[in-house]
Formats: sequence, structure tokens, C-alpha cells
Amino acid sequence: MLVSAKTLEILHCIQNDSNYLITYSSFQKKMKLHQYLLALLCPIMLLSSCKKSGDEITANTKSSFTIEFEHQVNGAALALNITNYKNAKGEDFKINIFKYYVSNIKLSKADGTTYLIPESYFLIDESKSPSKLVTISDVPTGDYTRIEYTIGVDYARNFAGAQTGVLDPIYGMFWTWNSGYIFVKLEGTSPQSTAANNAITFHIGGVIDPNNTLKTFSAEINAANPLRIRTDAKPNMHFIVNAASLFTGVSDVSFATLNYTMGGANSVIVANNYAKGLFRLDHIHN
Amino acid sequence: MWRKSIVFAMLFLSIALMYACSKNEDDIIPEEKKIIFSIPSNFPAPGYNFEENQLTNAGFALGKKIFYDARLSADKSISCGSCHQQFAAFANLDHKVSHGVDNCQGKRNAPPLFNLAWQKAFFWDGGVKNLETSPLNAFTDACEMKTDLETVVSFLQNTQPYPELFKKAFGSGDINSQKVLKSIAQFVGVLVSGNSKYDKIMRKEKGFTFTSTELAGYNLFKEKCSSCHAEPLFTDFSYRSNGLDLVSLDEGRSHITGAAADFGTFRVPTLRNIEYTSPYMHDGRFYNLDEALEHYNSGVKNSPNLDKSLKGGIMLNDTEKDQIKSFLKTLTDNEFIKNTLYSES
Repeated sequence: MLVSAKTLEILHCIQNDSNYLITYSSFQKKMKLHQYLLALLCPIMLLSSCKKSGDEITANTKSSFTIEFEHQVNGAALALNITNYKNAKGEDFKINIFKYYVSNIKLSKADGTTYLIPESYFLIDESKSPSKLVTISDVPTGDYTRIEYTIGVDYARNFAGAQTGVLDPIYGMFWTWNSGYIFVKLEGTSPQSTAANNAITFHIGGVIDPNNTLKTFSAEINAANPLRIRTDAKPNMHFIVNAASLFTGVSDVSFATLNYTMGGANSVIVANNYAKGLFRLDHIHN
Repeated sequence: MWRKSIVFAMLFLSIALMYACSKNEDDIIPEEKKIIFSIPSNFPAPGYNFEENQLTNAGFALGKKIFYDARLSADKSISCGSCHQQFAAFANLDHKVSHGVDNCQGKRNAPPLFNLAWQKAFFWDGGVKNLETSPLNAFTDACEMKTDLETVVSFLQNTQPYPELFKKAFGSGDINSQKVLKSIAQFVGVLVSGNSKYDKIMRKEKGFTFTSTELAGYNLFKEKCSSCHAEPLFTDFSYRSNGLDLVSLDEGRSHITGAAADFGTFRVPTLRNIEYTSPYMHDGRFYNLDEALEHYNSGVKNSPNLDKSLKGGIMLNDTEKDQIKSFLKTLTDNEFIKNTLYSES
């Protein structure tokens, strides 16, 4: 079994402690002051080790895992441009574009220790299949029982300088006239939409109150089958992503009255909806 | 005697060494002035400081070339420099609003470009929050350059000598939008205007004093204008309505915040180089300083969001207006306007 550096440290301490016990029983007379001190030191170190483990995980061994995002609309597979879906109000709609950011992925162990995957920014785009399978590398080995991430892009990066990678504004997910990323973009059509060409346009973003749309998703992982990061395996987490969750959950959206939003109060309505139901952890293959 | 000769020998050697060193540097970059971002001593600390965008001569030169390259626009007619002209302190002389591709008239007056490293947000409504991401809107707006980043990057990848210039500036020839934006930021970030007569007087440089009219204007200015046009940048970067219309045709800042209290408010513009940046206001409605000053004297409308400090306007008689005007002209920085480092080459 592989153990973290901290665990090793603790084990080492316990060993020293038991050594000391043996020493104490057999060679009591020979004990020197420094041995007493050492004996005192060990429990103290143990205590401080326990305290420390509350924050970050470090490990000598690291490995990777994948996350798969399966796009659906109320249980049916998402197919762009062709399939008719129904929103919670019973209105028909089609989807032409569906893409969103997932960032700042954080894994936790049952003991409460966490690992934030550095520089974890992913742009998932229905029209680009490879984007729906994300590989995460250099994760300390261990059993993880919780995953948490931001739906969108954290506050700071919205106002940072020119970015690259998936945060490159070239991907059309950055507003040029009002700095900030579009966290979730869904475009399509609905016969009920009053907009030109029956368009429905949902560009959700913005991080400033009262129109802050930053949402965090988290899922507890069944402790019986945790995410097992091992050097000899590459587990896969499978999420179901329901595009229709934008339009229900907190308040049902009718395309007759809300068919266009690019930030602002209406975007908050949509973000509050998808915070409830955009992602669902379906299963893990270890 | 012997000691003296040693001292002389050492001195000679040092001078020779110094000369050798400077000569070596000259060999690497022949006759090229090192581009620096200079902070005038009477200015506060800047917000943008090039920490994550190392300023180099090559980066600055690349940014400047992109800034002046009209081939980047949809019909190859408009560059950044078309609406940001150096002789107008990088504003757009004689244009009420910016004039983009296909003769499209934009919505607002092109602001001057200088001292941007001290600016917290950009555009009249403060929508853009970082100097580096400011050019994006001009690239993509249908009434400005009407292009997209993919087209810009691919043009630069396929046009000589850009790949070589990117290599010089960033160490590798591959081109992405980040490098494009960072190089433009190097150029526009270096545009510092802080050598006006006003600055020299504030820095107590020898031989510079206000005339009595200018001084009277400065005192009036401090009394009546500086609560918004705060020294030394001549703006407090706030958003206010100065009562141009009873109901503004342009929603202004509320387009960004969605707040009713921001309707019809705009960023307080700097007054530096104001002599050269006409026409004035967000829609360029005033052609000269007389019209602008007369607005404050007699034209302020009681719009719902009118700034409190402007209720009833700012009473100014003709003498006072002339004095303020003389003072405003001490904010002209001819060294900046005429600096060939910033000119299209």
C-alpha cells in the first residue's frame, strides 16, 4: 500500500514510540535525559501532524484520472441542431451550441484533507468530442470521497490579463465589452421564442453582485467505491450533464418571456437553475 | 609618486573597462534606445506594472507594428492608430465618434491613449477591466475593425515579418492571442504623458512657472473642477453624469452594471492634453473648450442621475473661463505628442 509522506512520518513516530517502550522495560536504568525528551517529542509531533493534515495533501507518488462529461437533455442524449427537446414549460427547443467551463477542481479524502488541482481550467464543448473527456494528471495517490469544482471561471481570472489555453478569448467565451468569461453558453431555437429567427441565446456569466453567476458544484463519492488514484490504474469519473437544467430547478423558464441573456439579472435566474441540476456524478470506474 | 601612478593606472583601467562594457552593449543593440516604462515623480504608483508582461524593445516594437497595421481590419482600412492618432494624444481629432470599417459610425468618442497603466477600467463605461484585454473590443466590434481573433492570429502567422518579430519578442515564433495582446499592452502601456508645463512646475523644475492667468486658472480649477478631475491624472476614475441631456440617449455605465443609478453616467475623462483631444464628451458633441466650459456654466440639465456636485452647474464668468482655459493648456505635453518612438514608422 502506498502512503503519503505525512502518514510515513506518523508511522515513523509510532515506531519510535514503541521502540522507546521496549527500551524502557529492558534498560530502564540506562535512560538518559535526551531519551525522555525524545519520548516527549514524539507525541507532540504526532499531534502537530494530525493538525496539519487538515489542509493540503502532499504525496510522493502521483497519478492521473479522467473525467467524462456525458451531455443529455432530460435523460436523452444531446444531439445538436436536429433533435427537439421540451423545457419544463412544455415548450419545444433545439440546441445548436452547448459549451461551458469547469475550473478549480478540488478532491477531498474521507479524513477531510483536500487537493486542489492547480491550473485546472477546462472548456467542455458538445461540438468537440475530445473536450468531453478530461485528463487530470499529477494527483497524489489515495482514495478520494468528494469532488468539487467551479461552474465557470473564478473571479480573479475574469479580470486578469490576456490568457492562453482554454481561457484564450479566441474560443468566443470572453465578453470583449464587459470583461469576463461566459461560463455557460447555450444557443438554439424555439418556436415560442419572440426573438429574431426564434433564437434562444443564453450566455451566462458575470461575477459582480448583484449579478454574480459563479456557482460551485460538489458531489460526495460513495465511500465503498471512492476515486482510487493509483500508480497502476487510471480511474474514470462519469458525469451526466443535463443541458435542460438551465431552464428549471428554481424557476421554470419560458422562452416566450426569456430567450436572450448575456449577463445580468436574467443570467442569475439561469445560473441558479443549473447550479441545482447541470451535473450529476453517475459512476466511477476504478 | 609611485602611489600616484598606481592610482592613475587604476583610474585609466576603470575608464577603459567602462568604455569596453558600454561598447559591448552597443554591439548587441546598435543605436537602439532601451524602451522603459517611466513613472513621473509626481505620479502615484501605477496599477499595471509589466510584472507579468516583461517589457522589451522587441515586444514594444511588435505591439507598435500591430497597432498601426490596418490589414488587421475586415476591409484592411482601419488600424488602432486610425482612431487613436498621436497628434491628438491618441484620440481621434475631428471625429465625434469613432469611424470604423464600411464607413460605420461607432457609438462613442475615441478616448485618448496615455497613462493607461494608472487606469483601473477602460472605455467610457468602464466595461473592460484590464489593459491587456482592451483591444479585443476594437478588433471585433462591427463598427470598428470588424474582425475576430482567429483571423487576426492567422493573418499574423502567415504574414512576414510577423513570425520573426514574435520570436524576437517572446522567444518563440508561435503566435497566439495572448502574445498579440501582451505586445499591444507593451506599446500602449509605455505611452506615458507626464512632461507638460504643469508637471514641470509641480516637480519644481528650474525655469518653469505659471503665468498669472494660468495661476488664477489653476486656483479656480482646484476650487471648482478637481473634485472629479483629480490631480495629478486629472480624473478620479469615477462614473458620473454631467447633465448633458435630461434623458441620456446612451445608457452609459448601466450597460455594464445593470444598475438604474448608473444610467447615463460615464467615466470622468482625463484633462491632460485636452488642447489636442477635441471634440469632447462621450459623444463628441462639443467642438472646443469654450463650448465645454459653457456647458458647465449654463447647460447642465437636471437629469435623474446628475452628479450632486453639478446641481445648478458651475458658475463661470468670461474671465474665469479664459483663466481655466489657460491653465488647461499647461496640461499639454508636446514631448509626448511629438515623441517619434510612438509614431508609425
